[in-house]
Amino acid sequence: MSTVAEHRLPAGPKPAPQHSLTTATAAVAASGTMLVFGMLAMWFRFRDAAPLRDSATRGQIRDWLPAEITIPEVATNTLMITIVGICVMAQWAAYSAKRGQRQHATLALAVTMFLGLAAVNAQIAIYLQLGIGIMDGPYQTMFYAVTATVLAILVSGVVYSLVAMFRATGGRLGDADLFRAHALYWYFIGGVFLALWFVVYVQK
Amino acid sequence: MSSAEAPVLGVAGTPSVPGLAIWLTSTDHRHIGRLTIGVSTLWLAFVAVLGVLVGLERVADSSMLFGNLAAPQMVILARVLGVFGVLIPVLMGVAIATVPGQVGASTIAMPRLASLGMYLWLLGVVTLIVAVFNNGVPGGDAAMLNLHLLALGTIIVGLVAGWLAVFTTVATSRRAGLTLANAPLLSWSGLVGAFAALITLPVLLGTVIYVGVDHRYGQLAFGGSKDVMTWLGWGSTQPQTFIYAIVAFGLLAQLAPSVAQRSQPLRGALLVGIGLIAATAVGTVSQTTHSFVWEGSLTDKVKSFVPYALYNGLPLLGALIILGLSLLALKGCTVKSLVPFVPVLLGAGMVFTGMLGNAVQQIDAAGLAGTSFEEGAGIYMVYGAALCAWGAVAYFGPSWTARTMKSSAILGVSGLGFLGTVLAGLPLYLAGFAGQQVGAVGRFDYSGPKQVFNALSMLGHGAMASAVIVGAAVALKSFSTGSQTGTNPWGVEGQ
Repeated sequence: MSTVAEHRLPAGPKPAPQHSLTTATAAVAASGTMLVFGMLAMWFRFRDAAPLRDSATRGQIRDWLPAEITIPEVATNTLMITIVGICVMAQWAAYSAKRGQRQHATLALAVTMFLGLAAVNAQIAIYLQLGIGIMDGPYQTMFYAVTATVLAILVSGVVYSLVAMFRATGGRLGDADLFRAHALYWYFIGGVFLALWFVVYVQK
Repeated sequence: MSSAEAPVLGVAGTPSVPGLAIWLTSTDHRHIGRLTIGVSTLWLAFVAVLGVLVGLERVADSSMLFGNLAAPQMVILARVLGVFGVLIPVLMGVAIATVPGQVGASTIAMPRLASLGMYLWLLGVVTLIVAVFNNGVPGGDAAMLNLHLLALGTIIVGLVAGWLAVFTTVATSRRAGLTLANAPLLSWSGLVGAFAALITLPVLLGTVIYVGVDHRYGQLAFGGSKDVMTWLGWGSTQPQTFIYAIVAFGLLAQLAPSVAQRSQPLRGALLVGIGLIAATAVGTVSQTTHSFVWEGSLTDKVKSFVPYALYNGLPLLGALIILGLSLLALKGCTVKSLVPFVPVLLGAGMVFTGMLGNAVQQIDAAGLAGTSFEEGAGIYMVYGAALCAWGAVAYFGPSWTARTMKSSAILGVSGLGFLGTVLAGLPLYLAGFAGQQVGAVGRFDYSGPKQVFNALSMLGHGAMASAVIVGAAVALKSFSTGSQTGTNPWGVEGQ
């Protein structure tokens, strides 16, 4: 006598993984990159349009960064290094989640989040050390506009880490898409901050 | 449980909440899309009425019926609302409502984000209107202009959220075996249009942030209040508006073979054509005008021509390919009476006229820069997109409600809308050749039949306002109490 199991049709092919969150995060990263790069392009435009002035060390330079302003390079470089560290931690979280290591994933996400908070703190420290007012001149206005935009993106990364950490704590490590997307988001933040750091804090 | 107590299943198979609540809190893409289209229709009627009032002011010429303040406010509001309240969201709403079903997804990707985007957009538009009515225009009240800029930023964030949901749906939620190359052309245009919007709107947002911060704190970098539109104007004018209208061409490309009931010849070229329109994005994000100047040596002319052709001509070529191939699909076939195709064809034709106008305007020797020609092109883009959306509602409406509209009503509204678009836009093209300045509301200093141009344009806006009101009433009545039909009354496969 034949059984039901013998007559059962073979299962169809598994649907392809969708990676919706990773794709959406990639699209957000593209949008965010255009936002920040567009603002930096505008920064270049204003810097190149600034008149020339004599510098004590570098001859004639564009009179864009006011002579009395000194960029706190220790804080800015620390911030850049912190963000590199965050990217490593975010990738560790994705790596651990893929292997079902809940404790590692949760720890990595917690470190990511706290390093993110440290980065926010470093940006605020830069504002305090600079001691410039937003209404002091065109440089100052644009400086605050572009750095505050990146700061807002940084804060969104911290929130993303917090959400991912709750999920990891709750044992939802099977949602590998989330942890991969989270890491991708921090890579995006690292990329745009690298551009900001070079243009605004290094090249000035 | 008795039958009276049984929960009524909603469209997504979940217990429905009666009344307005289900619409306002729904994460069903068909609700979100239709709400977006509905609210855009309201703004479209508002824009058309503003067009009538501005036309009245222009016909009155130096009398200044509405005073020195109100007329410029209406001009700016009509322009910004036309693009951010109608052109972008109405086509985005069509995409949100239809694309998931087309690609075989049960719902849109990230539906809550799409819903949030719609509400942010709505909040932004309402705030924008309040700000402008309180003199929040360039050169007007500073605090209200700050609110205007904040509203614009909110609108952009909302639109980006909506397009993100559309993009992700087409990219990741297609049914097994459906490749992008085989995806319905409306879905393909949704993907391309969404991506183009996702990479250009944030650039505009960045400029809004700069200008807003500068305007709020000292006005030191970007000039005073009067210079605001100098920095932001590119986001609401041609060629950036081409990106917003990509879905209109996708709709045309999808409906043409349906009318002919045949497979689309040279389908690959249609995919490329839609992509070519998106090439606009590369030019607009540079925030500069790419005009063709016939001056200097041959090298200078070539240097001027290449970017002009790339950023103004290439999108035009893409639109031409789609129009041409869509008409080719109809050739030699027994055309089935597919009524919704008519407004889509007329609308895409109007959008194409706007694109053509932009290409002419960017030729320096034509002397059209800064004239009402630009305003005319904008009207063609906005009203053309609205006509396409009307066709989409007529075509897809039965699949949403299992009810249909009468063909005579669809065609009547389409004819009135088409007449309104031509009448509103064409006289401004002609006035542009005569030298009427863009945005001017009176005291014209050019020779020519000023009052005829502006009176005709005013009549066109009036016709469009009538078409919108009649169309909205017909759609509401037909889809709520109209004759019941199947979900595919047009008999089209793969709807």
